[in-house]
Amino acid sequence: MAEPLLVLDKVAKHYGEITAVHGIDLEIARGEFVAIMGPSGCGKTTTLRMIAGLEAPSEGEIRLNGERVNERKPWQRDTPMVWQSLALFPYMSVLRNVEFGLKMRNQSAKTRREKAMGWLERMGLAAHAGRNITQLSGGERQRVAIARALVTEPEILLLDEPLSALDAHLRIRMQSEITQLQRQLGITFAYVTHNQSEAFAMASRVAIMNGGRIQQVGSPREVYRTPANRFVAEFIGANNIVDGTLRGNDGEAILIETGLGQLRAPAPIGRSYSPGDKIALVISADRVAIGAAPKGGAINHLEASLISEEFIGSVVTLHLDIGGERVFRVQKQAHELDATAFTPGQKISAFWRAEDMFVLPAD
Amino acid sequence: MTVDRLIRRMLRAYVVIALGFVFVPIVISFIFSFNSDRFPTLPLGSFSTEWYEAIFSEGQVPVAFRTSLIVGGAVALLSTFIGFAAAYTDFRYRFFGKSVYMSLALLPPTIPVLILGLTMLMFLSRVSLVGEIHSVVIAHVVFCMPFAMALIRLRLSQMDPDLERAAWNLGASSWRAMLGVIVPFALPAILSALFLTAAVSFDEFMIAFFVGGVNETVPVRVLNMMQGQVSPRINAVGSLVFAISMTLVIVAQFLLMMRRPGRPMLRRT
Repeated sequence: MAEPLLVLDKVAKHYGEITAVHGIDLEIARGEFVAIMGPSGCGKTTTLRMIAGLEAPSEGEIRLNGERVNERKPWQRDTPMVWQSLALFPYMSVLRNVEFGLKMRNQSAKTRREKAMGWLERMGLAAHAGRNITQLSGGERQRVAIARALVTEPEILLLDEPLSALDAHLRIRMQSEITQLQRQLGITFAYVTHNQSEAFAMASRVAIMNGGRIQQVGSPREVYRTPANRFVAEFIGANNIVDGTLRGNDGEAILIETGLGQLRAPAPIGRSYSPGDKIALVISADRVAIGAAPKGGAINHLEASLISEEFIGSVVTLHLDIGGERVFRVQKQAHELDATAFTPGQKISAFWRAEDMFVLPAD
Repeated sequence: MTVDRLIRRMLRAYVVIALGFVFVPIVISFIFSFNSDRFPTLPLGSFSTEWYEAIFSEGQVPVAFRTSLIVGGAVALLSTFIGFAAAYTDFRYRFFGKSVYMSLALLPPTIPVLILGLTMLMFLSRVSLVGEIHSVVIAHVVFCMPFAMALIRLRLSQMDPDLERAAWNLGASSWRAMLGVIVPFALPAILSALFLTAAVSFDEFMIAFFVGGVNETVPVRVLNMMQGQVSPRINAVGSLVFAISMTLVIVAQFLLMMRRPGRPMLRRT
């Protein structure tokens, strides 16, 4: 099998006493759209900057096309980046910004203009070529930044939270534009973000980082349904995490004693637990039914009073009181609940199937 | 209400009087430089450019202008270059003792020029560099560089540090990024620094007096003329010096006011 386009091999970054990245391994294949996500300070931006050569790894090896690039200066690699600040050259016209990379590669003025104009047309900015950056709107600047990075036809494009400065509406539109662009071009995208929904919406694979370590790599679906650990389960949100103690096995499911009563969960794969072990259960909020129990299999049941109802467009989240400071979240499509009126304090019956739970070691 | 108005009027009058004290002698000197009479008395005599002709026919004044021009030009170039380098160091690097380094670099203009002139004289004579045009240049660069550095540093502080990295990222080597990104961004401040340092050097008397030896710059020549005799030629030289200095300072100021990011300063092809 051919070597992936980009390989991070036990790459670490220390700043004096502080370690920003702890020996991470990551492979990115040609044409993939990988999102690296995590909370701020998790090392995701440092990782991206090491790929671009803006930071030198303290340990490990970065290979691009099978070649070690650790020692290459930023300008000796073809790893253009779309910056969080956009970093467009303010005293240059749109066209000159886009031409910059070609100029640095000593291409002729004619080729430069043709290629840059081609990209501006593609991004719907041809009419703005002569304008100054300051005369553009946020979304237009964003497109200029992408065109500037792609004009040299790189094999990989690095994106460092490029949409964080945009308002929500524009962000969603740019998300789909970027995703479409990536599909059309077939270029590898490595996209850093702290925003879970952004990563899930765009990437074919996500790597979740925390504390300088990669916690899990997988498709958005895998990560969402089978988080590798408690951090991932919490970070991707939309999950209920319940601590408990393993009590035994009734043949078709394991029994766990929790604050919500005894729950039944599928036996975990790949790791064995014995009675008395502390474990955590992940219950996806969108898999919980209310009112009537779903059919088939082992069913868990919870009676709790409603604290509040949160309405976000097509999705409604119900917060149920499960004692202490904790809430149990149930997520429903708005249309499923159209006929139901909720009042805070009212008792709600929640049901979910054993197989909709996922078992993690407690930590 | 009326008290407010009264106070406002008094403040305005105060400003007018203060500016009057500064500018009236200059204006008077300017007027008398074109007066045909030998002594500055009223009523004025006829309009005449004889004093200007006199200073330029007298050998020493044109020589002094030439010296000032060489010194001012060299000082402007050198101190702007060094000032840029120092400002860039501040912008780009973090190192131990940087705050000490920066305050030392900004120190010279805060030292009384008399002290600076004397110590420069002692130092330059120790290393056998005294009494030449380049002695004045060296001493003036020490004095002027901080002005250039301060201007350029201010400009660079408005720059997104990612701009330089973005240039590297797009294939520009350190040098090309410097010339293609940093310098164009700092250009208004660099040009402004050129004019300002030229003006400071052109006006500076004390240091030039100490280290210049027989190489008189214009201010040194003016003082030597005054010591000899009071002549309307002083008015002519003074008016010229004022006009040149003001032009330099105004150009520097104008360039700096154009520093709003985003507006191209020079159209580059």
